[in-house]
Amino acid sequence: MTAHDWWIIAPELAAAGLAALLVIADLALRNKRILAELAVIGLAAPLFFSLNLWFGWYGDTTDPSALFGAITADRFALFFHFLLIGVSAAVILASTKYLERMPGLRGEFLALMLFSMSGMMMLVSAKELVAIYVSLELTALPVAALAAFHRGARSVEAGLKFLVLSAIASALLLYGMVYIYGFTGSTNLEIILQRLNEIPSQPDQPFGSYGVLLGVVLIVAGFAFKMAVVPWQMWVPDVYEGSPTPLAAFLSVASKAAAFAVIIRVLYAAFGSEPLTQDWSGLIAALAAVTMTVGNLLALSQKNIKRLLGYSTVSQAGYMLAGVAAVSANSGSAGFIAGPQGVLYYLMGYAFTNLAVFLSVIAITHRTGNELISGLNGMGRRSPVVAMLLTVGLLSLLGVPPTVGFMSKAFVFSAAVNSGLIWLAVIGVVNTAVSAYYYLRIVRAMYFEEPSSDEPIRADLRALAATGTAAAGVAVFGIGPWFLLKLAEESLTIL
Amino acid sequence: MINETAIWLILALPVGAFAIIGLLRPVIGPQSKWTGWVTIAAIGASFALSVAALASVMTEGVQHFPQRDWISAGSFTLSFGLLLDPLTAIMLVVVSGVSLLVQFYSQAYMHGDRGYTRYYAYMSLFTASMLGLVCARNLVQLFVFWELVGISSYLLIGFWMDRPSAAAAAKKAFIMTRFADFGFLLGILYLYSQNPAWLDIPALYDAVAGGAIAATVATWISLGFFMGAAGKSAQFPLHSWLPDAMEGPTPVSALIHSATMVTAGVFLVARFFPLFEASNAMMTVALIGGFTAVFAASMGLVANDIKRVLAYSTVSQLGYMMLALGVGGYVPALFHLFTHAWFKAGLFLASGSVNHATGTFNMRYMGGLKRYMPWTYAGMVIGGLSLAGLFPLSGFWSKDEILAHTLEPGSVTGYAVLGLGLLAAFLTAFYMFRAIYMTFHGTYRGGAEAEAADLKNDGQPIPPGMGHTHLAESPWIMVAPVTILAVMAIGAGFFSNPPANLGINGKHGFGRFLTHNDAVFHSPEAAEHAGAKPHFNWPIALGSTGLALAGIALASAMYLRVSISPQTLGRLFPHAHRVLYRKYYFDELYEDLIVRKGFHRLFAGAFSWADGNWLDNVNVQISAWTGRIGRGLAIVQNGQAQTYVFAMILGAVTAIAAFLIWF
Repeated sequence: MTAHDWWIIAPELAAAGLAALLVIADLALRNKRILAELAVIGLAAPLFFSLNLWFGWYGDTTDPSALFGAITADRFALFFHFLLIGVSAAVILASTKYLERMPGLRGEFLALMLFSMSGMMMLVSAKELVAIYVSLELTALPVAALAAFHRGARSVEAGLKFLVLSAIASALLLYGMVYIYGFTGSTNLEIILQRLNEIPSQPDQPFGSYGVLLGVVLIVAGFAFKMAVVPWQMWVPDVYEGSPTPLAAFLSVASKAAAFAVIIRVLYAAFGSEPLTQDWSGLIAALAAVTMTVGNLLALSQKNIKRLLGYSTVSQAGYMLAGVAAVSANSGSAGFIAGPQGVLYYLMGYAFTNLAVFLSVIAITHRTGNELISGLNGMGRRSPVVAMLLTVGLLSLLGVPPTVGFMSKAFVFSAAVNSGLIWLAVIGVVNTAVSAYYYLRIVRAMYFEEPSSDEPIRADLRALAATGTAAAGVAVFGIGPWFLLKLAEESLTIL
Repeated sequence: MINETAIWLILALPVGAFAIIGLLRPVIGPQSKWTGWVTIAAIGASFALSVAALASVMTEGVQHFPQRDWISAGSFTLSFGLLLDPLTAIMLVVVSGVSLLVQFYSQAYMHGDRGYTRYYAYMSLFTASMLGLVCARNLVQLFVFWELVGISSYLLIGFWMDRPSAAAAAKKAFIMTRFADFGFLLGILYLYSQNPAWLDIPALYDAVAGGAIAATVATWISLGFFMGAAGKSAQFPLHSWLPDAMEGPTPVSALIHSATMVTAGVFLVARFFPLFEASNAMMTVALIGGFTAVFAASMGLVANDIKRVLAYSTVSQLGYMMLALGVGGYVPALFHLFTHAWFKAGLFLASGSVNHATGTFNMRYMGGLKRYMPWTYAGMVIGGLSLAGLFPLSGFWSKDEILAHTLEPGSVTGYAVLGLGLLAAFLTAFYMFRAIYMTFHGTYRGGAEAEAADLKNDGQPIPPGMGHTHLAESPWIMVAPVTILAVMAIGAGFFSNPPANLGINGKHGFGRFLTHNDAVFHSPEAAEHAGAKPHFNWPIALGSTGLALAGIALASAMYLRVSISPQTLGRLFPHAHRVLYRKYYFDELYEDLIVRKGFHRLFAGAFSWADGNWLDNVNVQISAWTGRIGRGLAIVQNGQAQTYVFAMILGAVTAIAAFLIWF
């Protein structure tokens, strides 16, 4: 490995190193309360290395490609590095109080989460199928352990389910990758694209050949598990309900973002040539429609807030997929980027939004211990600040202007319309209307229902800071979307 | 050249005050003393920067700032930016200046109010919105601030929300102006459909100058804009919310419902003056303005609430400004806006000072206050003389300029509105001095306590918010702003106009400054046509002064010396009196015809019928089926991992099969 390679993979290495350091610190330190702060401060290291790659301060970073083209530090990857680091920091900050319930295990919890994060960072940087597969496993295994962290029956069930189902999804993915490798003779995304262009395609076969069809569908299915796309989403409510809430927050934002990053990269980099895009665009559009509809319908009757939010993340994945599917017929023009640009904006906005929601829910439920929606009754009075932040987040999930959620939906749906998927945009808008029912039900519970007790709930200051930052992001980037849009545009120059 | 950041700061500072006060309210409590000072500091700094901006425009002309991207998605772009031309500069100084004085005044007036913190938060929000409105460069940006102004007005009218009348007044104001904004929005959309680039105001100016907009298009857009402007500026027939808006605290009335917000409509027409000139809508503007001037003044003749008299007067004066714009008098209209802002704010603050002493606004329970409140009296008389348009006060110069300008087009419309303007001048002088005599002269008639006793005798409820009497001059922090505004009422017209108006020299400082804007006025002729040079017209000046003196004389005959008894006069013309007193039955008309018969019975009735007989059923079925499907799907979600695996594999197989079948 050259010095250049080290600089390129420095962010991932720093993240993994931080996780290892936390394990050691957990053993060495007597005062384990500061572990969380240590973790948040330590995240400055991967952040610094990512910023370094973005701005090119130190080292030889002109060529973003490293390790024989397996790993890249292009803008697209760095965009997701920032997102992942920010999300992790917010989740850790907000769950310090929560972690005090598991005094002996604090270090492990943080370390496992950061290991998973380093896997995600690797995943968004990977440009080669084997690297993608390995990083995907690195993200999944710590999550299975984390899901089982409470050690109760539900928690262990959640962990085990995640482990088994994620293994099946990996198998589907691997199977798909093997087909692609067998067909093109390469695992490098760019070379796959070249070979697919060289090989004469059969006009009577989808994707130009049955082999590529099998490969693409199975790869999409494998990632769909992570993105929580129907019908590969069934683990979501069970795992969200059973596992610690901070993990659910982490999964719903970071894991989903990483999966979307990798599917955008694979589809656009390896299968981005003309006849192919139309085929997978149809597949993704169909999945988007099914996912948003099923997610919403199932959310309607939920009573547990974590299950409800689980289904909510499913339907949100559907909206995002609509952006992935929005490949304009005339690739290379401005419209070609608009869909993914909308998705990147959506993901960043969704990170703020869903963090505001989940972290507010953590702040309340870890005090009341009641995870039913009725447990939030009267929170507008008992905990006015958290209730307000949660409301901001829910309105953004619903897509009410001027929140970031509104802008996200506007961009994604208009991208869909521009690429001829008008029917998908219509389904999306109808679904948004349906989702008002269950999002606003939570708001109603907080402001219009009588609380079970009048005892005020005081939130931890660190949690409030993280939640407040997320909610502020929801408002700021909703009113002034240009910064995120420019960032997303610049990140997509590689596609 | 003033820095762009400085202009952004002008509106960012009050926004900051609003955010700080609003966010900290749970911590600092509803009556925190320092919120007033935070607001004053922020608006004071804004005022200083506004003066700097004005100075910069005076020395260097229109300032150009870049257009920035707000939203850019595909072919859709929305930009924002700053527009600093003479019109903006004048408005910035007026808004921040009046606001600053009002904030000082409020320190005493709102002292001890339960919502002290909230009051200053709203006031900061309002000031920021209004400042943002006047320097917006993009039409959508302008519309956002326009609506923000509307919402802060709503919040401030209904500030004492526990009073039903205040809540109703806030609602009325909001609904009526929102109704008018619908026209504004349609105008914006029509403009956008013609050419999206025209949302940028400088680009629109260029398009109008280049003749790119057809007259019919310009007319429809202008009428849409004028509808919004008429709502905001309370022009007939959308006038009836403004008198009710007096339910808000008096400093709010002074700032928002006389000096600044209600002038936003006039500002809007002035901002799009080239577009209006290119259209056929000017006559509408002139006639509605002229009619409103007389119509509102006539209702002021019989009102007994001092703030309502001033409110009618505001509507009437806004009519004057619209009238001037309608006959092409860009400069006279804005000059009147400028002078009116100071003297009307002063009158309102003085009426608040009167209320501070007597506890009521009903002039029938005042009288003889001259002895107790000499400063307030002086402020009221100077403001009143200026409003009546007497030489040499500021109102004289601006009103006279408007009347003289009506002859400029030489059209029938011009002569018609001149007649209306002269009639309004007479009525204005009468009602203003009627109010002054009833309030300050004669004998004291007992104030709030006497009114409460009378109401009790009549078996009527005593409205909330009635204070107590303590006959004395108000504290200096209330008197000082009144005094400063009285000085402005004398000087505002003086420092720029008289030499030009009397023909001593041919220069008209205010007009020359305002028309020094190439984007709006392309030639010296156009500028002159808009009133850049004085048109002092001796017959009109003498005639209008004579009418004003006649009005004052009649008022003093009726209310000072009582040689003509108002009661007898009221009995002689009972119908006229009743019609005026009931405000031409407009409230009843709107309430009965539009709200009850039209909206409730016809509109809502039709929907209710369709809803009950048809839609409800569909809705019930949809929601029932949605629920059923949801529960059906949930059966699959049975917690069994093997089911999940089955679904995952089935999903992949189905996707592949679908391709094989449909490809």
